[in-house]
Amino acid sequence: MKKVYINSIASISPQKTFENASFLDDIIEYNETVISAFDPNYKEHIPPAAARRMAKGIKMGVVASKLAMKEAGIGTVDAIITGTGMGCMIDSEKFVSAIIDNNEQYLTPTSFIQSTHNTVAGQIALGMECKAYNFTYVHAAISFESALLDAKMQLENDEANNILVGGVEELGAHTTDVHRVINHIKPEAVTISEVLNSNTEGAVFSEGANFFVVSNDRKESSYAELLAVETYNTLEKDKVSEAIKSVLKENNLKPEDLDVVVLGNNGDVEFDGYYNQLSKNIFKNTKQVYYKHLVGENNTVSAFGVWLASKIIKTQQIPAMVNLNDIEATEPNIILCYNQYRGENHSLVLLKKC
Amino acid sequence: MSKGVAITGMGIISAIGNNVAENFDALINQKKGITRVDNIKTIQREEIMVGEIKFTNDELIAQLGLPPENNYSRTAMLGVIAAKEAIAQAGISDIKKYKTGIVSGTSVGGMDMTEKYYYEYLTEKEPQKYIESHHAGDSTQKIAEQLGIEESFVTTISTACSSAANAIMLGARLIKSGKLDRVIVGGADCLSKFTINGFKTLMILSDTFNTPFDEDRKGLNLGEAAAYLVLESDKVVKAENKKILAYVKGYGNANDAFHQTASSDDGDGATLAMKKALKVANLNPSDIDYINAHGTATGNNDLSEGRAILRVFKDEMPEFSSTKAYTGHTLAAAGAIEAVYSVMALQENVIFPNLNFKTPMKEFNLIPQTILKKKDLNTVLSNSLGFGGNCSTVIYSKEA
Repeated sequence: MKKVYINSIASISPQKTFENASFLDDIIEYNETVISAFDPNYKEHIPPAAARRMAKGIKMGVVASKLAMKEAGIGTVDAIITGTGMGCMIDSEKFVSAIIDNNEQYLTPTSFIQSTHNTVAGQIALGMECKAYNFTYVHAAISFESALLDAKMQLENDEANNILVGGVEELGAHTTDVHRVINHIKPEAVTISEVLNSNTEGAVFSEGANFFVVSNDRKESSYAELLAVETYNTLEKDKVSEAIKSVLKENNLKPEDLDVVVLGNNGDVEFDGYYNQLSKNIFKNTKQVYYKHLVGENNTVSAFGVWLASKIIKTQQIPAMVNLNDIEATEPNIILCYNQYRGENHSLVLLKKC
Repeated sequence: MSKGVAITGMGIISAIGNNVAENFDALINQKKGITRVDNIKTIQREEIMVGEIKFTNDELIAQLGLPPENNYSRTAMLGVIAAKEAIAQAGISDIKKYKTGIVSGTSVGGMDMTEKYYYEYLTEKEPQKYIESHHAGDSTQKIAEQLGIEESFVTTISTACSSAANAIMLGARLIKSGKLDRVIVGGADCLSKFTINGFKTLMILSDTFNTPFDEDRKGLNLGEAAAYLVLESDKVVKAENKKILAYVKGYGNANDAFHQTASSDDGDGATLAMKKALKVANLNPSDIDYINAHGTATGNNDLSEGRAILRVFKDEMPEFSSTKAYTGHTLAAAGAIEAVYSVMALQENVIFPNLNFKTPMKEFNLIPQTILKKKDLNTVLSNSLGFGGNCSTVIYSKEA
């Protein structure tokens, strides 16, 4: 079985992350309940006529994938695999509301065509003229991890050498409104330093695209080795530690071998307990970092966690803004990411310096 | 040499039957399930025909014994019915005995409820329970819950009309790589105003019975359905002395990379998908005994797919047919519906007819099988092609 490496990373998020030369050193302060992506100049990457037709998620996905391909220094891949929990919300909302508002009359196909979940992966393939394997996973908070696992299996079995994997999520105005009424979104604006202590229900909703080239070909410039990807449709709170220990054991590791853990705390008083119990117990002596205060919550934001872990391993630096505790990690070489959303769809991603 | 992955159970609900036996009966007796739409109030009613499951949502809720406060979308309910039949047929009484996961395909997800309560969500308390069942993964989570699958790998694929074929492909890969011992794979999609109007704007809906591969085809009939297969590892098959229905022998996925919704003239993506599947199965085109084509009866699909089939099979064409004239095009579920039909074809050594065919297409000399035919079948190739250029092929076989 071949080893799998992360060879390039690209992130479009509510922070200035698309310029990969910097590393969260110029933080955008928010005081909101919903935060949008900090946009690159899309026109630099997509012809203006094409960009005009694309909803935000498509643009973010296409550009993040281009940045990842560029950094990996390759022109094509053996597979394109994306994850998106909510899919193309903007075009879906446009088409549904047009159906209702006009009683199924005067409809045009554009928004319907662009509403399907696989639009981003399809557009990336079109742009790259890539006829290879093309998949889109749409399973809530583990959409990205499903894509990553699929890629890992293909690379391990040598069915592919380079695979583009990414997660993308866009905000849709109506969807945001309806999630507000069921308290999935925080009742009042919070600053990034207050998110975890807000003591309220819900999260700060957001959008973004995080793409990676994963490969079974290790390069000097590789970020990390991908050791494990594990997902769970359900997991009782008191079983999370057990699941973590079991994944670590399969990789001949113990909790104390981890240099850093990347946790998915989003400040939702109902569900942060999943993370807090780990912080106080199996990871009490481990360096803990978090990121959703900076980039918000969405179904594929856990891909940002993998971006963060990759970047920490490669640069051997931990930006102060992500510290969840004061423990020093002088050589951050082995990192575990843990995420869940509203108590469901848990994921573990284990990375190691290569 | 690639060994196939064992299929040990299957379940289905479609416009032509509520279980495997009823679907088989309709297929061999040429009973179509295409009618006017009854369960959805749409102004398109008189202009389209659909493959509809006639149970209302209330009837499905009663059948499944769901509590009144449930928030199941129609997609989820159809999915649970088919998945439960598959588990029963596979003789699984203790789902936790082996590491079991689910991979399901859907494109509509909970859109049926979203379009019904879109604005009400903002003000009415009662329908708000459905907000969380909108996203595509929700139906799969609910199937997992109903089957008692916990703490496991449960995921959803949405690659338009190839979703379920891709779910089967991933399932086979999960078994081969040892990640799971058992996986329930397939797909579910219900009818919705969203898809009815979407396909209507693309002007590819027929106003009468769809006619795959016919020169005068007028477009597709949308359908709704769910179907699942149980795939099991050699370890489970041996330990439980399982009866094997057939094998997933090969699979291939490629992207046409031509247009967001239309297929390329020569079917590049479909050609690649079929070639890859043959390679994984280690078979030659001449080894395929029957092709269950995607054959949606749109002008574009049948031409593109037909050309692709000819590019792969050349002068070694086996019998082929599309079963869409029976069920309509069930979108994300289609690959699973046709997987069940392919396995039934292998089990019964029979080729299901391509109904409603009259006139050969002028572009090529391809005549589908139009009457029920008995033939010894060892391998069946099934195509699923979708929006976004997604092309998938799965090969089913009698022998591993």
